[in-house]
Amino acid sequence: MDVGKFLSIVISTVFINNFILSKFLGLCSFIGVSKETKPAVSMGIAVTFVTTMSSIITWLIYRYLLVPFNITYLRTICFILVIASFVQLVEMFIRKGFPGLYKAFGIYLPLITVNCAVLGVAVLNSDMFFSNGSVVKGSFTLSITQGFFAGVGYLLAMLLMSGIRERLELLDAPESLKGVPLAFIVASLMSLAFMGFNGFRL
Amino acid sequence: MANKLMVSTSPHIHRRENTASIMRQVTFALIPAGIGGVWIFGLRALFIILTGIVSAVIFEWLIQKARGVKVTVLDTSAILSGLLLSYNLPPAVPLWLVAVGSFVAIAIAKQAFGGLGRNIFNPALVGRAFLLAAWPAYMAAFAKPFDVIAGATPLALLKEGKIAELAQLDLSYQDLFLGLRGGCIGEVCILALLIGAGYLLLRRIISYHAPLAFILVVGLFSWVFGQDGFFGGDFIFAVLSGGLVLGAFFMATDYVTTPLTTKGRFIFGLGCGLITFVIRKWGGYPEGVSYSILIMNAVVPLIDRYIRPKRFI
Amino acid sequence: MRKLIAEFLKGIIKENPTFALVLGLCPTLAVSTSLVNAIGMGAAATFVLLGSNIIISLIRKIIPNEIRIPCFIVVIATFVTLNEMILKAYFPELNASLGIFVPLIVVNCIVLGRAEVFAAKNTVLPSIFDALGMGVGFTLALVTISVIREALGAGKIFGFVLLRGFEPASVMILAPGALLTLGFLIGLVNFQRGKKKKKMIERAGCNGCR
Repeated sequence: MDVGKFLSIVISTVFINNFILSKFLGLCSFIGVSKETKPAVSMGIAVTFVTTMSSIITWLIYRYLLVPFNITYLRTICFILVIASFVQLVEMFIRKGFPGLYKAFGIYLPLITVNCAVLGVAVLNSDMFFSNGSVVKGSFTLSITQGFFAGVGYLLAMLLMSGIRERLELLDAPESLKGVPLAFIVASLMSLAFMGFNGFRL
Repeated sequence: MANKLMVSTSPHIHRRENTASIMRQVTFALIPAGIGGVWIFGLRALFIILTGIVSAVIFEWLIQKARGVKVTVLDTSAILSGLLLSYNLPPAVPLWLVAVGSFVAIAIAKQAFGGLGRNIFNPALVGRAFLLAAWPAYMAAFAKPFDVIAGATPLALLKEGKIAELAQLDLSYQDLFLGLRGGCIGEVCILALLIGAGYLLLRRIISYHAPLAFILVVGLFSWVFGQDGFFGGDFIFAVLSGGLVLGAFFMATDYVTTPLTTKGRFIFGLGCGLITFVIRKWGGYPEGVSYSILIMNAVVPLIDRYIRPKRFI
Repeated sequence: MRKLIAEFLKGIIKENPTFALVLGLCPTLAVSTSLVNAIGMGAAATFVLLGSNIIISLIRKIIPNEIRIPCFIVVIATFVTLNEMILKAYFPELNASLGIFVPLIVVNCIVLGRAEVFAAKNTVLPSIFDALGMGVGFTLALVTISVIREALGAGKIFGFVLLRGFEPASVMILAPGALLTLGFLIGLVNFQRGKKKKKMIERAGCNGCR
């Protein structure tokens, strides 16, 4: 994969097709956890880690288990189980091995199982990088790249949003728009701003 | 007494000027560029500017009445938003479009956040970005100067690779400087913009940090990564041919939506410049100034938090 | 019977999954570009809700408490898979326009939330009415959002042109329009609640599930 193509994928997954602001994947946690910067960033890092790892695992399962046995219709059920067990394992591992790290973002890990961004990446990868059951060229690398940068885009949106929301707390917005509604309006305007990258081509 | 104890929104400037007076001076400084636009594109441009201002003021008044808060239409900020919005529109847009843009700018970008001093994003630019996403065809309706025939902007020609057509226009730097090209109403006449910007800089109403960083980054990158390979770009063309001067001096210096510290403003300008260059070079739109400012607006709370002035010990 | 009807009705207004509980937002915004998509998504989600609520309320006594969530997920995923197959076979166009949001029903917090909060604690009959109420409430929310977006963004409802001469603002069909519509609709709900001096919506998302 050459640098140009790589950069195109990066810009497109981080900005143009940002998982939150353009695809609405992971929106729940985006609105729920973005009130302060520290938890927002922890959640973002945790999501990035899980999307990357689950991209790898689900790719392997799809490629070497579901496709050969012609049972791709079991994709949803397989992916969600694998992701749930993986998240559970990571949580246990971190709790035992790295108590400090666990305190920082371990509590966000269980939430990630039901984060649509993670399953979304896995499903998208298998939709985009497999055609009729056969592997697209560079499929594995593309999957990992999409997994990682989907997480980065999520992290970026979380970081910006948390900064803005901490400021919004101090302002006297109209009573009925305070909190969740205004968070959506900010997200809308951010999404509008990110549209500037539309049509990006190297 | 009430007048003397007025607390304006941050930053608190220890001078006689209050927010209203600053807004008034910025509006005043924008007048030459408007005259330039009307001179180049004709009376139609004047109607657009007036529609922008009047509709912005009306919407501000209506919403403040509906919200039951003090009506502050006279603080000039709505006038400024309407003015800046109309400056960022091509001269052939229908007038209803201008009014919709004003509504988005005032209602969504400003009043939904609580009004003047509370908005995160520059209202005029939100209005423009909304219109561009909503009615892309109208927003590309540029006109040739002194002419009713539709014509593309120099940056759009460059983007579409129509180098021959661009060469045919035979735009000298002097033409670009005076604004004899297709473009948005308020962005074309660089001379007029610089007169206004010079006034604001001299009166110390705006600081030079963000505009300087913004313009230098766009110019340098366009020169280094030009269309004819390394160091084959045109620094002056990149600076004069789009909305850069208008954006850098009048929107990247807005008090509410840009950083408070000098260093922060410098970073803001760098970021704007970089994003503008990336959009112009590889993006789908020919111009990226307004989007770059909007994106950096979203970063401002973080810049303000992490870049603080050094304390005196 | 009156109690069952109450179970059904609560999902429509008082505990509307979208506007009152603020759950399951991803599909709400992504597929509300047109009324057809909205109704399709609503029906698909109602089907899954109904199936999973029935099965879970039936087997709730045999599921060990510690691993109940994985069990719920397996049941839900089964119905999602069934749903995918039905859509693919009989409604290929709808399936294509809903895209990845069909498999993603599996992580829709409304479904898991009802399993955890309701079906795991109630018998079959109330669970059926709960599922139907939530499903209809979700569908109505989707319909509301999609009518606004399709009317403003495409100038049409169900593909019929509404007003001649109205020039649709395509941005409403795009992502910013979706977020904006939902933001102002929740604001409107808050405004109504404020009038009745009720608590405003302060929380959103699936964080309540776990």
